[in-house]
Amino acid sequence: MSDAMNQDVTPPTGATTRRTALKAVGATLGAAAFAQALAPLTEWTPNLSVAEFLQKHYRELTREQMAEILTRLENEARERYGAEVSIEDVPPADGVQFAYALNLSICIGCRKCAEACHRENNHDRSTQQSYIRVLEMEKGSIDLEKGTADYDHPVPQKDKFYMPVQCQQCDRPPCVSVCPVEATWKEKDGIVVVDYNWCIGCRYCEAACPYHARRFNWSRPQIPKEEVNPVQAYLSNRIRPQGVMEKCTFCLHRTRNGRLPACLEACPTGARVFGNLLDPKSEIRWVLENKRVFVLKEELGTRPRFYYFFDE
Amino acid sequence: MPNPAQPTPGASTPRSTASLGRKARVVASFVLGSLGLLTIAGQVFLPGRSVPDKEGVVDPALASDNEPKKVHEIRIRKRVAVLSVDTGARHANGDPIRILCSSCHATTRPRIETRGAAELDEFHQGLTYRHGDLTCLSCHDATNYDRLRRADGGGISFADVMELCGQCHGPQSRDYRNGSHGGMTGHWDLTRGPRERNNCVDCHDPHAPQYPLVMPVFAPRHDRGRHPASTTATDNLRPVSHE
Ligand code: HEC
Ligand code: HEC
Ligand code: HEC
Ligand code: HEC
Repeated sequence: MSDAMNQDVTPPTGATTRRTALKAVGATLGAAAFAQALAPLTEWTPNLSVAEFLQKHYRELTREQMAEILTRLENEARERYGAEVSIEDVPPADGVQFAYALNLSICIGCRKCAEACHRENNHDRSTQQSYIRVLEMEKGSIDLEKGTADYDHPVPQKDKFYMPVQCQQCDRPPCVSVCPVEATWKEKDGIVVVDYNWCIGCRYCEAACPYHARRFNWSRPQIPKEEVNPVQAYLSNRIRPQGVMEKCTFCLHRTRNGRLPACLEACPTGARVFGNLLDPKSEIRWVLENKRVFVLKEELGTRPRFYYFFDE
Repeated sequence: MPNPAQPTPGASTPRSTASLGRKARVVASFVLGSLGLLTIAGQVFLPGRSVPDKEGVVDPALASDNEPKKVHEIRIRKRVAVLSVDTGARHANGDPIRILCSSCHATTRPRIETRGAAELDEFHQGLTYRHGDLTCLSCHDATNYDRLRRADGGGISFADVMELCGQCHGPQSRDYRNGSHGGMTGHWDLTRGPRERNNCVDCHDPHAPQYPLVMPVFAPRHDRGRHPASTTATDNLRPVSHE
């Protein structure tokens, strides 16, 4: 069975019979089958190839198998988007634990970060998708459910502060534990990733995330070819298929190569701090040791890797 | 009781389905499930948390451990060292004639009390100025207008303007040095590449340092269905005047 990637292998059952099977036998099925049934887009995408159908779990793939998959995905990007892209499978490094901090005394709510995320991560253009929501908050409250994201007036307003929210890369990620097929997991550098080829789109994780940080691809992202960011990674910004979940990956295609995340570089105010928690001389360590940082919804025990602080 | 959806490490996963693809597994579970063979479905189609890391991947951090790591530089955006003023006159070749600050100020008597643009009636009219209650000469060196004032004498080149700011804004300068004020681009890992940093005066006009009000870009469409003014709100931030 180690050659399961063989192109000639046909799926165990035909696509058309899947839903009927579900209806008939739902009660005896496991969690994954229920999840699949509840997934909003349960039709097989016509473009789903046999190879993808039979692809093994990310962590079971050999290097050769991954190389084949990357080539296939690059070809798909060429066919569907007309874009020459390079997709890398970049592993986490030892001795690196990523964390992020955001200075709420500095952020002015301009949403440049959300925009940079949109472009960097090849988000669907028509829905203006982004992994970052910037909330306008009343001074004195940090209840993110009370923030508004659709403000449209000059910023910063005097009685307000601004709080960008994205994936908090929790050390106890509720989104990971609810995934019925282990299509999402936490990597050893702290980043929570999704294998888009494994995700069945049930959206349990979206519901489980207390930070509303996960997004669903209701349709295949539309991006003009000249706007496609060609520097991609398998677990991050490659163009997602329809019907799968996606989330912030701290731009792992950049950060695992030593670079800063796109949202940090785009911030015109310098409110964002990123780095390696294990490096005692890092900027992120300095912030944790010298500022009074807090995390969102600490009471939930999710243990975010994303910290917020105010200057005294 | 162990959660069936999360097999304990080492729990064996039947090879026949474990090496199938994700979508194949879901389908396989329908088939098996419909035959009533599966009581704990999770154990069959979940790969288990004990799956080892991928083989053959060379960790860059380990690979470079033996060689001494080159540390790249942090560049702070430069400012000009010498300031001059356009006289409005032109050289024969059409280039504007510019003169040094000291051309005039070497002969004028410094007015130590000037602390506002409104007080300037002979020259430098139109200067926007709102910086605490500072006099001009708390920053400009009264003994040499071609440089800035160092609190203990000696002067600071215009190129080193950040030292000037640091004399009065200790906390922000400390935060800046530690990366939590002023932003950066490039690499968090200086063994992999350099980093660029803004100068204080890239963000704060020394004469009116308050960060400008701006119009936000990129209104979200998925939140509350509000449509942004345009689909490509990607231009630079549009400053709006305060008040
Ligand atoms: C053409 C002559 C001229 C040049 C060139 C000139 N200044 Fe002045 N500057 C003046 C005059 C005249 C005043 C007094 C204006 C008033 O009080 O109405 C003045 C005032 C000032 C003051 C307020 C304090 C004081 O001594 O009055 C500062 C600070 C100053 N100039 C800085 C500069 C700098 C920096 C430059 C170079 C970029 C420069 N000036 C170039 C003529 C000049
Ligand atoms: C907080 C410190 C500070 C104060 C106070 C200050 N300046 Fe300046 N000024 C600077 C710096 C720094 C520069 C150089 C800016 C650059 O590098 O572009 C400068 C540049 C200038 C220039 C040349 C460039 C320009 O903007 O026209 C003039 C003229 C000038 N200052 C006049 C004044 C006058 C007049 C006052 C008082 C009303 C004053 N400054 C107060 C720091 C200060
Ligand atoms: C001689 C002391 C002094 C120097 C030098 C100085 N400042 Fe200031 N600065 C002040 C004072 C005083 C205030 C007003 C503080 C207040 O109102 O609470 C201020 C306020 C500010 C503010 C807040 C403005 C606002 O309205 O929100 C900024 C930003 C700032 N300075 C930046 C700078 C920068 C950048 C430099 C270097 C070009 C600089 N300052 C140099 C004394 C100084
Ligand atoms: C990337 C842009 C950026 C750079 C570079 C930068 N600042 Fe700021 N600074 C800001 C912003 C944004 C604020 C908050 C402004 C606001 O909330 O209106 C701020 C606030 C300040 C304040 C006011 C703090 C207060 O409590 O009101 C001071 C003083 C200041 N900065 C000094 C400096 C100094 C000194 C440097 C250089 C070492 C510097 N800044 C570099 C963006 C910058």
